[in-house]
Amino acid sequence: MRTPDLNVKSGIAKQFSTELSLKLYERICLVRWFEKGLIEVIKKKGEPKFVYLSTGQEAVAAALSFELRSYMIFAQHRAHDIYLTFGGNPVMLRDELMGLPAGTSQGKGGSNCLQYHMNGLTMFGHHGLIGENVPLGVGAALASGRKTVCFFGDGSAEEDYVLAAMGFAVTHKLPVYFVCVDNDLSILTTTDVRRSWEITKIAKGFGMPCMDVADDPWSIMHYTKELTENLPALINCRVCRNNWHVGIGTDGPPEWERHAMVKQELIKLGHKQAIDEIEDRVQRSMENLWKKEL
Amino acid sequence: MEERTLAETIKEVSRKHLEENGGLLIGQCITALGWVNGTVPNVQGIVELPMTDVAGAGIAVGAAMMGRRPIFVVRFQDFMMLNSSPFVNYAAKVKELHGKTAPVFIRALASEGMGPVHSGVLHSVFMHFPGFIICSPMTPGEYEEAWEVFMENDRPMFVSEHRSSFQNTEELEDKVHKKADITLYGISYPRFALEETAKMLAEDGIVCNIVHIMWLKPFEITDRLLEPLKRTNLGLVIDNSFEICGAARSIAYELSDASGYPVKALGLLDKTKCLCKPYRNEAPDSKLIFETVKKIIRDC
Repeated sequence: MRTPDLNVKSGIAKQFSTELSLKLYERICLVRWFEKGLIEVIKKKGEPKFVYLSTGQEAVAAALSFELRSYMIFAQHRAHDIYLTFGGNPVMLRDELMGLPAGTSQGKGGSNCLQYHMNGLTMFGHHGLIGENVPLGVGAALASGRKTVCFFGDGSAEEDYVLAAMGFAVTHKLPVYFVCVDNDLSILTTTDVRRSWEITKIAKGFGMPCMDVADDPWSIMHYTKELTENLPALINCRVCRNNWHVGIGTDGPPEWERHAMVKQELIKLGHKQAIDEIEDRVQRSMENLWKKEL
Repeated sequence: MEERTLAETIKEVSRKHLEENGGLLIGQCITALGWVNGTVPNVQGIVELPMTDVAGAGIAVGAAMMGRRPIFVVRFQDFMMLNSSPFVNYAAKVKELHGKTAPVFIRALASEGMGPVHSGVLHSVFMHFPGFIICSPMTPGEYEEAWEVFMENDRPMFVSEHRSSFQNTEELEDKVHKKADITLYGISYPRFALEETAKMLAEDGIVCNIVHIMWLKPFEITDRLLEPLKRTNLGLVIDNSFEICGAARSIAYELSDASGYPVKALGLLDKTKCLCKPYRNEAPDSKLIFETVKKIIRDC
């Protein structure tokens, strides 16, 4: 059932330290204000045309960036949120999106091919075929024995090679965490039109620990702690993305606004002043970052 | 020195890689039914894939990204139609896009007379895509050379093998005459038919040079390839993949462009390779090559 409180643990934010929760909020803001700046650039210049925006689903990556810091990352085509929250350099991301030599792949990859191999982060670039990163990540875990996270969407989950790679990871007991970022859409086709099964039931069938949860970041951190005790495992995170599959357009307001819900939760916990300061700081920083392109 | 077959050479190269380099050997059904015609060693480092074409290839590419230089065995080249995606879309592009590497040694086995999806030769398809090194070794020495090049490079290598060559122990030498009528360039399995063709042509008073081509991509125009053509002013490239948009035509064009002389191509007909004998669309044999050469010379 797709709801904003699906398997969300009531009052769970209190179990996490203030410091962590505020950092979490900062990472969420980072994605939103980075992409706000990018959208302004696109409105002004018409370029870059092919951007895969993350705003609306960024709480998932922000939460996981605390729990999976040492993991090798095999991200999907939509990865601004993963890149930024796990510690990728925003300036290099900007330059990559603008096709500049100082970009993460010298401007050759663009929005859906992000990689980052600096500052202790190992994030491999995607090439645009949805779900291709899943067998790659499984193979990398097989060959290296290193903990690996594979991100993919509810559409990618239907790719035969994604399912086969999950099965292989179970057979070989590989240390892989599968993260399905589920917005219920493949472009604009809803999941119920495309299939009758659920990825968590498939995971269970494979014998993998799994959880289906809305994008409440504290719940995602909580379940991830548990699930990663026994890899391979899968988490399906229900999200509402703000923008189109590709480009900056929107189809009306999202079903729910996790950023606002997180903000509300932090205000309830008495952190209004702190989060206002954080958001203001991040906003100014990102506006400054994009100034050169505007 | 004891003679070694090509199959034994492949097995030994693989054994060393697995035992001494920490390499991996990945594929479907590779440790059963004769261990891929006796080319797979029984040592640690073999990963039996489930029947997961596409995912299996992706797993091999992921392993390559970790520096394990996997040997990926696909028992019939036709199956590369399924397995190609991670190689074409990821391994072959990752260096140019990201400055990273995924060197995987793709052992793609061709066969003859085994029907529509077990007799294919697909090296031409892979020549089309950037990022690959492509070769078709038919002798023990050539295979060792291919392996050395793979280990010295960081690109994926498509190795177009042929089951009919596995028992071969001989090296295939070029035969170049001071005065000849045509230069025959052989690729893959049809190379074994060139000596016989030359004898048949000689009986008709036609002298031909024989030049063997193992490296298909990058295709380097060398004196070894060009000098015989300059002596005959006429050439023919023979291959066992489909002629349309195939290796034979591509290489014929390159040789012709570099020399200024006409170079023709002979590959498979634009027809499905069926199982039954009259419809197999088999690799050019000495009889077909002989007839083709006669026609070319007659038309010239």
